[in-house]
This record gives sequence, structure tokens and C-alpha cells, in this order.
Amino acid sequence: MAEYSKVAPTPLLKDELDIVIPTIRNLDFLEMWRPFFQQYHLIIVQDGDPSKVIKVPEGFDYELYNRNDINRILGPKAACISFKDSACRCFGYMVSKKKYIFTIDDDCFVAKDPTGKEINALEQHIKNLLCPSTPFFFNTLYDPYREGADFVRGYPFSLREGVPTAVSHGLWLNIPDYDAPTQLVKPLERNTRFVDAVLTIPKGTLFPMCGMNLAFNRELIGPAMYFGLMGDGQPIGRYDDMWAGWCMKVICDHLGLGVKTGLPYIWHSKASNPFVNLKKEYKGIYWQEELIPFFQSATLPKDCTTVQACYLELSKQVKAKLGKVDDYFNKLADAMVTWIEAWDELNPAGGKAVELNGPAKSSK
Amino acid sequence: MSNATIDDSEVDIVIAAINPDLKSFLNEWRPIISQFHLIIVKDPDMKQELQIPEGFNADVFTKADITRKVGSSTSIVFSGYSCRYFGYLVSRKKYIISIDDDCTPARDSNGDLVDVVAQHIANLKTPATPFFFNTLYDPFRKGADFVRGYPFSLRSGVTCGLSCGLWLNLADLDAPTQALKPEQRNSRYVDAVMTVPVRALLPVSGVNIAFDREVVGPALFPALRLAGEGKFRWETMEDIWCGMCVKVVCDHLGLGVKTGMPYVWRKDRGDAVQSLKKEWEGVKLMEEVVPFFQSVRLPRSAVTAEDCVVSMAKTVKEELGKVDPMFARASDAMAEWVKLWKSVGSSSSEA
Repeated sequence: MAEYSKVAPTPLLKDELDIVIPTIRNLDFLEMWRPFFQQYHLIIVQDGDPSKVIKVPEGFDYELYNRNDINRILGPKAACISFKDSACRCFGYMVSKKKYIFTIDDDCFVAKDPTGKEINALEQHIKNLLCPSTPFFFNTLYDPYREGADFVRGYPFSLREGVPTAVSHGLWLNIPDYDAPTQLVKPLERNTRFVDAVLTIPKGTLFPMCGMNLAFNRELIGPAMYFGLMGDGQPIGRYDDMWAGWCMKVICDHLGLGVKTGLPYIWHSKASNPFVNLKKEYKGIYWQEELIPFFQSATLPKDCTTVQACYLELSKQVKAKLGKVDDYFNKLADAMVTWIEAWDELNPAGGKAVELNGPAKSSK
Repeated sequence: MSNATIDDSEVDIVIAAINPDLKSFLNEWRPIISQFHLIIVKDPDMKQELQIPEGFNADVFTKADITRKVGSSTSIVFSGYSCRYFGYLVSRKKYIISIDDDCTPARDSNGDLVDVVAQHIANLKTPATPFFFNTLYDPFRKGADFVRGYPFSLRSGVTCGLSCGLWLNLADLDAPTQALKPEQRNSRYVDAVMTVPVRALLPVSGVNIAFDREVVGPALFPALRLAGEGKFRWETMEDIWCGMCVKVVCDHLGLGVKTGMPYVWRKDRGDAVQSLKKEWEGVKLMEEVVPFFQSVRLPRSAVTAEDCVVSMAKTVKEELGKVDPMFARASDAMAEWVKLWKSVGSSSSEA
């Protein structure tokens, strides 16, 4: 294909982006990511036993928070942050001071594209976030802003500017993100299909958002990225990112923001135990049938013009409509409110950074 | 590729002959389409004789056939690309695949010829999933499935009514876009099929499509003619218009629309700048119609594609008729089409 124009290099955004990593084991996986991540600041959220020491590989600039830090920083509000579940990662979103967040699981490695080249997932997420989304009309050539693509015939010109992109949802090669029943039926299935596309999820359409390989514009949508009450002491697990994704999408649709899915791929190495997963997901599989109609029909009033206002309104609706499904949703609705209160405390409008008296560890 | 088996007797391949010499076109497609029945419709405006190679099971329809079958209907004009709709009308098969006559088989990333028939039929025979987006795309493809978080009650999917394919080399861009990027060619082979979610509109390109005639047949029609409509896709909107109608109909009837593979190779043809010089109404038109299509709702009583088209025709006349007489004419053509479909076209069970 003839090169018709010079493509500008993707900005690094190294002072504008934090990488949030939840971990309970170790951070060995970071070695493989070093060429791509080393320039960025990491926020490690250490789940589980706070007395365990998590070693961060040399040369990374980071801050690390364990459960003691979370309790100290949030006080009673810490109850909204899950324990013994990677949902705790959203604490990292809250304490970040950056414009963009990239979050990745500690069993995700660098994937290769079909030519054998290593994929810089972070660079692709940045590309996705920096260029507009097109939620109001589906482009059959997928992301029209990609090199070599464009809007197709029939795509309305008035919609070609697009809207700001709030979320970039990446995918995974190797171990696919299946639920427990599917894992039990197809334990050997691996995702080997590299789909060379990024696309905007249309307005009004919900999707299952996976938190394994995810980036977002914290300034645009941060407060909506609460990963819910999961894990220890909770009746459900493995629905944290799902919950955040449904709330986020309703709010993005309301505020006219875009959500993209597709590239980049990472290599997902660890298959979790399907029986353990089934126990965690069990209630979710039933509750989901109520949750989906709830989110599909959720509307937000015109005067909800900020993410926080939208989120608080949603929490009211969760209580009103889902409280009767299970008391868990009453607790969750309360936690959603607590989350916003904590978010606003740590991120006051006007932009003055709140002094946290430091995390447990940092590279400084 | 899915394991859907193709029954040759279920498929018609409908080709609108815009160019008289179909020899190289049909010879290039021979390995893929020779076992199927072909319906070739000659553009009524074409003066030259059609050249068709041996060895195909083809029925050819000309202007005389069209006039004989449909009379001299004033609201439906079967000329140019729209002559293919006559082929849809006379077909008696369940599935129709239609490809522009300036396309040849593409090769996938392994270098293998893309079997458009097999892929379109696989798309149409496996369920669509319009109510929730699956991030691994078509969950019914081999090696894929529904992802965690996909509601179980939505996993059986719905019937797929329309399969929209794509194009390598010359993508179906509009004239201004192609004129601005004269060297741009589409070389990206995206290995995916996906369902276009309910209520999401898309530009349906007639260059490479397939559909289930039994469920959506009446909803694909020649209705919107640009005043300057010509013999290049840059100079038409007929497929875009009926594509929007089909999507609204499918959304209303709970049917699915898929997009993605299969790819065809679209030859370089024509000059985008030349097409741009013509009075180019298509662009302005889309701005009028998008808000209309986004908000149009069909009555509960419309339970077939025919009902839906009749209802849409009325609404088009009421709401768009005053915007431009072109829409009033389109509305008449849509209503006329349903009548034609009922009298000339019929379900595949009829002789």
C-alpha cells in the first residue's frame, strides 16, 4: 500500500498516565513488560496479607498500597474497597493524580502479532484514547481514524468528528476470558485469532468489560470505574469489572463519550480454576438476568452532567430496583455512594492534590 | 469457518451486470460459484450484448424480461445497480448472495482464496447476537465463544437476516474521501464477523452482501434514486438507503445483521474526482435521513418484513416527503415494491 502521508508517532504520555496493577502474588511479569512500562509510574495495589512483602523489580518508579494503607487513607470508607479480589485495583484509580490509567493483570504478558512482532499494548491503548470514538453510527471498516482506514460511503459527515474516547478495552490471546461453565465445557480452548480491529461500541449497547487489559481517561470517566464489592465477605466474585463496565457504559452513553474495544492484545497466561470460579460466579449468573434489563433500561436525568452525579443517580436506581433481587445490592448501592465520597475527597474539584501521608512503599 | 453445510439448492447468486463483459468476472469466480444457480440481470440501460462464459447454470434477465414481469411501473426504476433487485424478486431460493461485477475473489492472510459463498452462508445460518456485544466477536465461530459476563439468556441468539461483507483494495468509500486519498487502498484483513447491535445504524454496502430472502426479502428494494445516479458506487445511495431500512426492520422483527467477513477484492475502477464533480447529493441526503432512521419506530402490528416496509413507506412520506421530493418518490417505490413482491416475488415454496 502506498504511503500517502507521514504518520505522527504516538505520544508517550509518560507524565500523564499511571499503570495500576493489583497483585497478591508477585510482580515477576513486569520484567517482560519492562521495555514498554519502565518509563511510566506504577501504582501497585497489594491485595491479601499486608505483612507480605511484594518485591517490585528494580528500575520501576512506583507507589505501593497494601490493605493497611487503604484503611489508613480511607478510614471507614475503606469498606467500599474489596478485599481478596482484584477489584481492589480501583483504589489505584482513586489515588492516581494522572489523566489516564492503564490497568493490567499480573498474569498478562506481551503478545505477538501475526508477523511475530511484540505488541506494545500500552501504545495502542494510548492511540485508542487519543483519537475519537464513533458511537452514533457503526463504521463497517471499524476505527476510521486508523492508518489505512476511513469512514465508508454512507457514513454521515456530521458524525465524522466523533466524540472523546473514555475507555479502551483490550483483548487477550491464549487463555480466553470465559465464565466458569464455559471453561468447564471447553478447558482446552485457546484464543488464537488475532483480529486486527479497534471499534467503537455503539451507543445504547452493553458489553462485558474485562479488567485484565484496560485503559481509560480518568478525567472523563474515572469516578464511574468502581469495581464493586467482591471477594472476602461478599457473595459474589468475578463480576467486578462487569459491574464497572455496565455502569460506565450507561454513563458514557448519557454523557456522549465513547468506548472502544479490540486491539491491543496481551497474552493471558494463567487459567484460573473453573471450580473456584464457579463458586464465585454462581450468584452472578442468576443475578445477571436481572442486572442486564436494569442497565439496558437505565436512564439518567438531563441535569446529571458530571460523572459523579450520574453515578450517584445510578446508585439510587440500583437500590430502588435491584435491592429486591438481593440485599447485596443495597450494600452495593451504599458502597457506590461511599466510593464517590472517597473519590471526591481524594480528588477535590479545583485540582489540588490531597496529601495522603504516603503509601506503604514507593520508589522515592 | 463454521461447520454450516451449504445446500446448493438453497442459494441464488444474483449479479447485476453493469459491464457487458462478464467473462473475466465469472471465470475468476468460477471455483467458488459454479455449482450454484446464477441470476444475471442486465442493466436495462446497457446497449451492448452481455458476454457470459460457458459452464454456468445461469438465467439472464434483460430489459424486456423486466418490463414483461413488472409492467411499466413508474415508481420503481431497475436501472444501473438497482437492476439486481429484479433478480431478488424472481429468485425462489432461501439465500441470496449479491456481488458487484467489478469484484473478484480475495485472498485471506494465509493466501487462500476467500469462499464468499461459504462465509456468507455460515453467517446467515448461525445466530446473530444483537442484544449484547460479545467482545470476542461472533461466538459461534470455531475457536470462539461468549465471554464471561455475557448473559446466558441471550446466548441462543436470533436469526441472522443480512450478512454484510467487506472489500480489500478499493474500499467502498465515498467520492470525497477517496478523492482526498487517491492512493489509499484497504489492505487490512480483519478476521472477524460480528453482529451489529440492535438500534445501531450502519451504512450497508451493496457491493458484497447476502441475505435470507424468506425473512427480509421485501425489505431490500430499489427506492432511493439520486438525480445524478450513475454507474459507479460513488454515484449511488440506493444500497445505503435500503440498508438503513433493513436494519430498522431487522431491529423491529428481532432479526440480526452481521458485518465483517467475507472479503472480496474490489478492482480499481472509475475516478473519484470525476464522480465528485457530478452534483453530489448523496452526502447532503444522509444528513437528513440519519435522525429520521434513528427515531423511526414501527408499530407492534407489523410482524412481517412486508408490514414493516409498508409502514416505513408511510412514515417516510409523512416525515421526509416534504424535505425533498426524492423521498416522496422513494416512499412510493417502497409501497410499490411490496405489491410487486406479493405478486411477482413469493416464498420459496411456490413454483
